[in-house]
Amino acid sequence: MTGAAIVMEHVRKSYGAHVALRDISLQVASGERVVVCGPSGSGKSTLIRCLNRLERHDSGQITVDGVELTDDIAALRTVRRHVGMVFQNFNLFPHLTVLQNCTLTPMRVPGIGAAEAEALAMSFLERVRIPEQAHKYPAQLSGGQQQRVAIARALAMQPRIMLFDEPTSALDPEMIQEVLDCMIELAQTGMTMVVVTHEMGFARRVADRMIFMDDGQILEQGIPASLFDDPQTQRLRDFLGRIVHAG
Amino acid sequence: MIAALRRLGPRNWWSGLATIVLVLALWQAGAALFDWAVIRGHGWDTGPKQCQLDGGACWAVLTEKYRFILFGRYPYEQQWRPAVVIGIFVALFGASASRYSWRPALAGLWVAALALVLVLMRGGFAPLPLVPQDQWGGLPITLLLSSVGCVLAFPLAVLVALGRRARTLPAIRLLCVIYIEVIRGVPLVALLFMASVMLPLFLPAGMNFDKLVRVQVVIILFAAAYLAEAVRGGLQALPQGQFEAAEALGLSYWQTQRRIILPQALRLVIPSLVNIFTGLFKDTSLVLIVGILDFLTAGKVALADPAWQGFGNEVYLALGAVYLGFSLFLSASSRRLEAT
Repeated sequence: MTGAAIVMEHVRKSYGAHVALRDISLQVASGERVVVCGPSGSGKSTLIRCLNRLERHDSGQITVDGVELTDDIAALRTVRRHVGMVFQNFNLFPHLTVLQNCTLTPMRVPGIGAAEAEALAMSFLERVRIPEQAHKYPAQLSGGQQQRVAIARALAMQPRIMLFDEPTSALDPEMIQEVLDCMIELAQTGMTMVVVTHEMGFARRVADRMIFMDDGQILEQGIPASLFDDPQTQRLRDFLGRIVHAG
Repeated sequence: MIAALRRLGPRNWWSGLATIVLVLALWQAGAALFDWAVIRGHGWDTGPKQCQLDGGACWAVLTEKYRFILFGRYPYEQQWRPAVVIGIFVALFGASASRYSWRPALAGLWVAALALVLVLMRGGFAPLPLVPQDQWGGLPITLLLSSVGCVLAFPLAVLVALGRRARTLPAIRLLCVIYIEVIRGVPLVALLFMASVMLPLFLPAGMNFDKLVRVQVVIILFAAAYLAEAVRGGLQALPQGQFEAAEALGLSYWQTQRRIILPQALRLVIPSLVNIFTGLFKDTSLVLIVGILDFLTAGKVALADPAWQGFGNEVYLALGAVYLGFSLFLSASSRRLEAT
């Protein structure tokens, strides 16, 4: 199937008695930007974490970048090198400088020297507008800066797909916009993106498609405007009501 | 002035009282020690008869016995060799104490130095006559057993700690658990005894390892079990996000451990590692159980001389000072390491 970056077919996942994903089928086209939202515990984080197999699905099929995700470690590593991920808690490596965090993956590419890897990493740090912090350690940076470094670190792999798991949820309010701006710029380059977020302004502006999840299922999906303006289910109406109040 | 003293001084009446009592007790003990060691103490060249007349310290016992305590039964005219060996070890510790010297070359230096130590101790060629291992003794034995023990136990411990956490390899995991629990559950003395007395019974006739090698292996295995648990503590202290981020970047298992996990985990457990290393340094004195003459045992044997009876305090104080010196160096190095 050409053009499909991600295909999920009848994916199920449960933790003991708790069912996190029930029969999810979903396709994300290459270059598409999908925003996933839903109340906490709805399975949206599990869904995105299944896409690079940080969580193993119980049944169904997940194909990412043309490769099916199985226990084949070598194939999985190839997929992971094409899929960047940004976490809620940044998960930068505290014992490495910002630059070292970002050169970790380019250094591994055969034939790339240290100088070349650093130049590449610097170019991504410039893209997220913090090249001047390159030689500091993560703990010396603000939350917003750390998350931008995390984006640069993922981009330094030169991935084809980027996954964002609630990238602004751990940030102080005044730092959210600087991270969203980086993501908006990234979206404009045509990157395939799956973003779990409650930032509805971002969804409206960037998303080609919005997915609303509840109780491990996709309840509604479509262009953001139609979900916002014409929700079909009571669940989504309640959710949007709470989000707007909270915002 | 008064204000400055007040700030230094006790906060309330009972801590003031405790301070006075402790200072008095320290003064008493210090004064008694000073009286014994210096005022009533005898010089470096007094004879034992004269020493025994009054109760003062008899430092002449050290003048008489220091070569035996340091070098054991090593042939007298060859004792410059173990003396050089002690110097090599001190230089090696000094070179390893700084984080900036931790390069692959340092491992090479250790291998070369240990080879040199063994050649010097054993000899067996033109200028160095052969000295069989049962004549080795004293401080070089203690330094050799403990430093080789630490250096080889550490990588083994890291592997065992990783193995114990390998969720996808249940057989390896079980093996590591059994190893740790068995070694931790048996006293070192028993292990040493088994290695030197029981092991030869199970080996085919004619196949026999050097006693020192067997003891060294036991010390390595013993230390590694304790170190492994300390390392595991460090691994468990790291947030799950560090593992996930490394996985998401497509790093392999070994890349993840080497670049991400171990540098952080080991740094967290430096205090416990040094704790175990210091303990190991002193535990090597248990090799006396299988008849190896280590530093402490050499001191004890020196005291058995009928001509020099009753000077245990002097000898044990000197031994204690040497152990303390090496241990203080180790803890000072670890404080520097934690700070970098």
